[in-house]
Amino acid sequence: MTGHVDGNAIAGPLADFFSFDITTATGRCRACGTVAELARAMVYVSGAGTVVRCATCDNVLAVLVDTGERAWIDFGGVTAIEVRR
Amino acid sequence: MSFITRGFSGRSRERDDRLPPGQTLVGDFPVLSAGPTPEVDTAEWEFTIRTESGAQHSWNWDQLMALPIEDVTTDIHCVTHWSKLGTGWRGVALDTLFEDVDTDYAFTMAHSYGGYTTNVPLEDLLDGKAWIAFEFDGEPLDPEHGGPARLLVPHLYFWKSAKWVRGLEMMEDDEPGFWEQNGYHLRGDPWKEERYW
Repeated sequence: MTGHVDGNAIAGPLADFFSFDITTATGRCRACGTVAELARAMVYVSGAGTVVRCATCDNVLAVLVDTGERAWIDFGGVTAIEVRR
Repeated sequence: MSFITRGFSGRSRERDDRLPPGQTLVGDFPVLSAGPTPEVDTAEWEFTIRTESGAQHSWNWDQLMALPIEDVTTDIHCVTHWSKLGTGWRGVALDTLFEDVDTDYAFTMAHSYGGYTTNVPLEDLLDGKAWIAFEFDGEPLDPEHGGPARLLVPHLYFWKSAKWVRGLEMMEDDEPGFWEQNGYHLRGDPWKEERYW
């Protein structure tokens, strides 16, 4: 797949890791400092995994790998996540 | 007249012995991308091998084309369970590119335009096992398949065959690349089903 969908596509997979809808949270990009809702990120979905990129600078914010039995999540491209209650 | 058949499933379901475990044959060529497709002009393309001494061995597109070019017919195996048999490529062997490279390090990190990385042991790149490939099926390699040039390491899962490759960095230790940091196996031998950590 060469195109991308918006950040809402990761709401389901991330429900396994977080008890709230993380796409409504804001995160700060480690590369460019942009603070934006995760739903605004660019998401690349492939059979190998899902890559979430900053809509401003293309930096990889997060990587999700899910084999069915095992799953990994890497939020290394986000310095902080803000959740409002 | 009776025949002895292999197993219970009959001839039509016999497994092709060129297929590693857990793989299924495909006719098309699926595309896996972790980001936007970089548009790299051959006029600006460069491939560099960087060693521990800081030495850099670089080739531009014309210099690459002037090297011995090999025709390669090989099976490829993606970790997402598809395999393609007898694919045709043209490229320059890594043996050729490493001829004048002096290094004591045993590992490499492949770097791509667009930022992708993948780690490959040096011994998996030499002895006729890997190429910088720029043609697929008699045509210049499409950008979506890694053109103008990609690494081709067909005896490992295909995520190791880095698309849009721009260089190799020699490493003392086997450090994980992009997918290897996120669950995928450090080496990725399809015959051993080395898919994940």
